[in-house]
Amino acid sequence: MTVAVARLGSLVLAGLEDMGRMAGFTARVAAALVTPPLRFRAFLDEIYKLGVLSLVIICVSGFAVGMVLGLQGYNTLVRFGATNSLGAVVGLSLIRELGPVLSALLATGRAGSATAAEIGTMVATEQLDGLRMMAVDPVHLVVMPRALAMTVVMPLLNALFIVAGLAGGYVVGVQLMGVDPGAYVSSIESAVDFRDDVLGSGVKAVVFGVLVGLIATFRGYSSAPTSAGVSAATTTTVVVASVSILISDYFITALWGV
Amino acid sequence: MAFGGRRVFEDLTCAFPRGRVSVVLGGSGSGKSTMLRLIAGLVRPTGGEILVDDADVVRMNERALGTFRRRVGMMFQGGALLDSLSVFDNMAFPLREHRTLAAAAIEDAVHRRLQDVGLSGVDALLPGELSGGMTKRVALARALMMDPVILLCDEPFSGLDPISQRRVEDLLIRVNQANAITMVIVSHHIPSTLRMADHVALLLPGRAVEGTPRALHDSDDAVVRAFMREEDADVGEAMEASA
Repeated sequence: MTVAVARLGSLVLAGLEDMGRMAGFTARVAAALVTPPLRFRAFLDEIYKLGVLSLVIICVSGFAVGMVLGLQGYNTLVRFGATNSLGAVVGLSLIRELGPVLSALLATGRAGSATAAEIGTMVATEQLDGLRMMAVDPVHLVVMPRALAMTVVMPLLNALFIVAGLAGGYVVGVQLMGVDPGAYVSSIESAVDFRDDVLGSGVKAVVFGVLVGLIATFRGYSSAPTSAGVSAATTTTVVVASVSILISDYFITALWGV
Repeated sequence: MAFGGRRVFEDLTCAFPRGRVSVVLGGSGSGKSTMLRLIAGLVRPTGGEILVDDADVVRMNERALGTFRRRVGMMFQGGALLDSLSVFDNMAFPLREHRTLAAAAIEDAVHRRLQDVGLSGVDALLPGELSGGMTKRVALARALMMDPVILLCDEPFSGLDPISQRRVEDLLIRVNQANAITMVIVSHHIPSTLRMADHVALLLPGRAVEGTPRALHDSDDAVVRAFMREEDADVGEAMEASA
């Protein structure tokens, strides 16, 4: 019993210590954001790596999720003779919830883990120490552009996921199940509120982008300089970021009704 | 200095003469590379002081360390080249970061340094496309790009063929003589040490022995003498006895 309590205590302390280091790291990234030079080129490179290279997985997944929503929505609505509302069901589900959450989870798996692995490898091969010896702050050159790019890219991936999902829902609902195309589109138009739904979705995506960007870079930056360390950083990034996305999603929804 | 409860250095005192070539020798795990990282401020000791021109590296904050490191070049054992940049961009990187030079001037400086280490036609290659020896030479050339007053080299000769080794050795001697750079070189290579070192620090369990290469070579201390003469069996036995 005593051993179990001691183990729990040390786990809590380790968790608190980790959160403290993460807070310090976040402050350093924030300071790097307002410290010249801008690192615009590095930022653009990261936009490409994190964003453009995620396009296929986001579009395919969004389309598939939209198809499922279309099918499930149709099968439910048809019982009440309300199939003309299919567009609203698919649209609101995607915009308010599934778009930001699923695109963030997908980006975590593809781009977040890659970011952690890349920075972890730089730690293991002493590249970050090499930068320090050239009087260049690795947080400024390596971390900040990646974290910022993830924050910028996430709402764009979210938007793309939603558009692909709406298309998937349209294909199933309209082309396969015979819902009226005008009803599908007009129900989306009448049900979706730009401020509450679309902007709210964007806010969620930005918050998730900040979380994934910081967690992935922190895990890579603080990884042990070994191949096992890189592997652990990658795994931890996916686990911690995914759980953080889901928990913060609840609080954003509960607090702001988004 | 301790790592995970294992003490690397305890009560260690070493001095490296200004403007001279010092070589740090010692067995595997004796803390040679750690000593370089301590001097560079890349790791903090648990106690003590590291004085460079009367400034204590241990007490420097990040900003002061940044200023200090602009005067220090470091060649890492594995090269530590940025693997997403070409050789040319790796070489040009410190100049682009800290100096406002025209592209042509940067190109000249890069090619001059690459010639110094006997490399040409490698500008566009990525670090992953270089051999181990080429990586070492590019790393050394990059460490010299900012004309440092202190140069720290971690195993500069390992993995080099004899010709490249002599070339790097000659380059280090030439750079030291031309610019009076203070060099601290970690090495296992005794012949190179005897040829180029002005000062040797031999790290043994619990102590460091310093002196000229010749003095250590002719030392009365059996462990030191055995190490300097590369007498394998004697070194092993003597070091065990010493520990």
